[in-house]
Amino acid sequence: MAHALLKGETGDWEMVIGLEVHAQVLTKSKLFSGASADFGAAPNAQVSPIDAGMPGMLPVINKLCIEKAVRTGLGLNAKINMYSVFERKNYFYPDLPQGYQISQYQHPIVGEGIIEIDLPDGSIKKIGIERLHLEQDAGKSLHDQHPSKSYVDLNRSGNPLMEIVSKPDMNSAEEAAAYVTKLRAIVRYLDTCDGNMDEGSMRCDVNLSMRRPGAPLGTRCEIKNVNSIRFVQQAIEYEARRQIEVLEGGGKITQETRLFDTKNGTTRTMRSKEDAHDYRYFPDPDLLPLKLEQAFVDDIKKTLPELPDAKKKRFIDMGLSPYDASVLVAEKERADFYEKVADNNDPKLAANWVTTELAGALNKAGKALHDSPISAEKLGGLLKLIADNTISGKIAKEVFSEMFATGKDAAKIVDEKGLKQVTDTGTIEKLVNEVLAENPDKVAEYKAGKDKMFGFFVGQVLKRSGGKANPAMVNDLLKAKLGS
Amino acid sequence: MSIDINTVRKVAKLARIRTTDAETEVLSGELSKILKMIEQLNEVNTDGVEPMTSVIEMKMPEREDKVTDGGIPEKILANAPEHTAGFFVVPKVVE
Amino acid sequence: MKNLTTLTIKEALIGLKKKEFTAVELTEAHIKAAEAARHLNCYITETFDLARKQAKESDARYAKGTAGLLDGIPVAMKDLFCTEGIQTTAASNILKGFKPPYESTVSANLWRDGATMLGKANLDEFAMGSSNTTSAFGNVINPWRSKNHDKPLVPGGSGGGSAAAVAARIAMGATGTDTGGSIRQPAAFCGIAGIKPTYGRCSRFGIVAFASSLDQAGPTARTSEDCALMLQSMAGYDPKDSTSVNRPVPEYSKSIGQSVKGLKVGVPKEYRIDGTNPEIIKLWEKGVQMMKDAGAEIVDVSLPHTKYALQTYYVIAPAECSSNLARYDGVRFGLRVEGDNLVDTYEKTRAEGFGKEVKRRILIGTYVLSAGYYDAYYNKARSVRKLIWQDFINAYQKCDVLLTPTVPTPAFAIGENMQDPVTMYLNDVFTIPASMAGMPGMSLPVGLSSDGLPLGLQLLGKPFDEETVFKVAHVIEKAANFTALPQSLMSKAA
Repeated sequence: MAHALLKGETGDWEMVIGLEVHAQVLTKSKLFSGASADFGAAPNAQVSPIDAGMPGMLPVINKLCIEKAVRTGLGLNAKINMYSVFERKNYFYPDLPQGYQISQYQHPIVGEGIIEIDLPDGSIKKIGIERLHLEQDAGKSLHDQHPSKSYVDLNRSGNPLMEIVSKPDMNSAEEAAAYVTKLRAIVRYLDTCDGNMDEGSMRCDVNLSMRRPGAPLGTRCEIKNVNSIRFVQQAIEYEARRQIEVLEGGGKITQETRLFDTKNGTTRTMRSKEDAHDYRYFPDPDLLPLKLEQAFVDDIKKTLPELPDAKKKRFIDMGLSPYDASVLVAEKERADFYEKVADNNDPKLAANWVTTELAGALNKAGKALHDSPISAEKLGGLLKLIADNTISGKIAKEVFSEMFATGKDAAKIVDEKGLKQVTDTGTIEKLVNEVLAENPDKVAEYKAGKDKMFGFFVGQVLKRSGGKANPAMVNDLLKAKLGS
Repeated sequence: MSIDINTVRKVAKLARIRTTDAETEVLSGELSKILKMIEQLNEVNTDGVEPMTSVIEMKMPEREDKVTDGGIPEKILANAPEHTAGFFVVPKVVE
Repeated sequence: MKNLTTLTIKEALIGLKKKEFTAVELTEAHIKAAEAARHLNCYITETFDLARKQAKESDARYAKGTAGLLDGIPVAMKDLFCTEGIQTTAASNILKGFKPPYESTVSANLWRDGATMLGKANLDEFAMGSSNTTSAFGNVINPWRSKNHDKPLVPGGSGGGSAAAVAARIAMGATGTDTGGSIRQPAAFCGIAGIKPTYGRCSRFGIVAFASSLDQAGPTARTSEDCALMLQSMAGYDPKDSTSVNRPVPEYSKSIGQSVKGLKVGVPKEYRIDGTNPEIIKLWEKGVQMMKDAGAEIVDVSLPHTKYALQTYYVIAPAECSSNLARYDGVRFGLRVEGDNLVDTYEKTRAEGFGKEVKRRILIGTYVLSAGYYDAYYNKARSVRKLIWQDFINAYQKCDVLLTPTVPTPAFAIGENMQDPVTMYLNDVFTIPASMAGMPGMSLPVGLSSDGLPLGLQLLGKPFDEETVFKVAHVIEKAANFTALPQSLMSKAA
């Protein structure tokens, strides 16, 4: 896709966007303590003395975090660094109990990688990954509970995060949104992060600068804590316009950290470069360097699931349209559901039923896929009844509605309601004869060359059968009787 | 190099320690003396020497992902200068 | 009954086992002595009632025949070890009143083996100091007095309270932590023994951190055998400390009494520095002779980077401390001085909470880590540290153990060496190299200076070879036959 350029007063501008995504590693306990990493507990109920930075407390790393960081790195087609180092990032803030965050700086666990994003026009773009490192989350400060006080809850303090830094390879809000969407799909496929942006398991910082097409990079601003894909787009669109205005007004962009205001969709200055912290990173002397063994990485490689891109390609090879394939693989849950439906069924038919009928019904009922009253197995069962001519496609829709309402098996509904397709030649022939006998004028018209009448006869016969007559047999018999 | 008064102020700010003007001046002298001592390290040739982080030469130990701690909010808050409704309380943070 | 406070730990354990006296009697004797010696200011917090309760339980175990390695032995706990529910201050205003909801691993190990706690021993604030004059709870007084003047002397530091308590017979042993000499230097000043084991030997979990890559716990007591018994209890792998080394703890007391025949004792020439008291040099030579007499072989070795150890230390230790002490911010525990806003509160809290020496070290540490100086100072120091470590590794190709003085001078008067921080830092010039390299080091009382003050020699061992250190220590101890007592005890006896 050609770069989407923004029109300004004085000509075209190009956005340059890089994203830093913080993804909480899906674990039971924290990165360096045995307190629970779950969301939503009472304040300070999931805090160990380690997370509270109490004197003499020491960190011990959670094995699963290492494994999942490597797993994510492999999923991002990235280089796994066999040697990485935890460092301390020093600054004061009430929700940072140790007075430093344990993070990785000079030696991250994962190096450069690449992911492919799917753009709305169906094209694909490669986005570089700069690095992925493990770090501790901070606690949470509440500023709106008291006129002159802030309240601090340390439940989140010490939760394991993967910070995934992209290269500045994106040039539009849509690309940024597609990047986050893809990243989210990948970590969910890998089961390394739940991707739940509402609960803060995935948070996003946006780096954005503007330049004339082909010109060198401009000065960038960092927008902090943009916590939904929609906000990513909003923040980028607002910030790009703001920067163009400044630049076209003859001003300069100052490198700064900005905060996205979700209420009005704008960004505002949080701190300028002059106030930038001097974080005094140094290797954490309470920990040792993290050395991985090749066998450990290889073992993880063996357990990697099929990722969205590979799955999409396979779906297309199965005969699905690229669009349907994209829609299905975007969410692992949907793809898994689809694969169960398609098991021993026609893949295209299964795709249609999942993306159209079921998606439509769920949408109308305001339900998510995991709340679907029709399980994948049951939907597959319905498709099998179509395939073996037990019911027609039309009856199938009726059965589907009943299934959606009651959760019953398709076969049971067909049985109870007597919806089984009529395939008995004698019965159908009787209906054909009746229709032809009752409409001599129409038969005459047909014979005189009005071919369209054929459809009328088919419709009448099917109607008389209550929709249950096998349409192919009706066709054949009519043709024979009408001598055409 | 010496650590002048402005540098002392800057470093004290970073370390969140209030220093009076008189203290700052004394500290400038003391810290400069310490720094002068430290700078004798420049006599040592360290070309090609890997900086040492730990004298321990083993693999970093790892723990299983199990919940073994937490669930003790009253203990966590017991030593706090101020707390309410399960939260630590601090003077308002202004961004 | 004889004075129970004069017994060694070993002797007391035998007495308890033989039911010559009870743990309650032993503990009461020490409580009485401690009450009489309060002017020395050894304890920040006395826990006599706890000690009485523990002693009673100990007697019950002796009755049942289930007594542990140190059952009934009253010890002092340096107030840097967190003790559950008992005030732990690190001798700092910023932690006044802090009651940890957890127990340090080392103290827990001692309780497991039946030791009783008399109190939390005074120290230099956050273990930063060599004279115990930086404590927010007042300085500790050395029970020894000079023959030549009446000025009270420093007990050394940072573990001044621990060492003075053991020397004054108001604790049978004490825990210490050693970052650059905080066990060994006070032991030398107070005429007792003390060992810093190999880094990683004792867990750091629950010890208020000063400099994480250097801090190491160890015991101080009146004999090498007592130190061996205590270390046996204190040491061991701890999964809660990522720098704790997983290897079995030997029965250190078995090293006591073993022959040193054929053992190679290294004498590093670089420890012969200007400004060392000639009496100490003489003592060192005497120590060398003792080893020869015992059949050991003396080997001249070189540790060429020794003279840069102090400088290296004063980059690395402050750098780590500046970060380790960032948690004292008045938010979750300890002192808070309310300010106009959050930053004001932070700055006032830390200004009032920390003493001068601690602030100096935080500031120098912040400086060497800050943008633009990191490579020139911090990385440079880490590289030199590697060379210091390499020196030891090279020396240990030629010898099994090193013999050096512990401190360049005997104990000095309170108020001396205060003119500038660097002069004070020179106290640790012989103890710091082994700290930088993580090697075990032990100080032993070997003789008296002309003004009647104890002088110590230091033994440095190979990593995790505390056994050889104990073996050699006992041989020197026997040869030196150090029986002198602090004047305070002499006068009491008189």
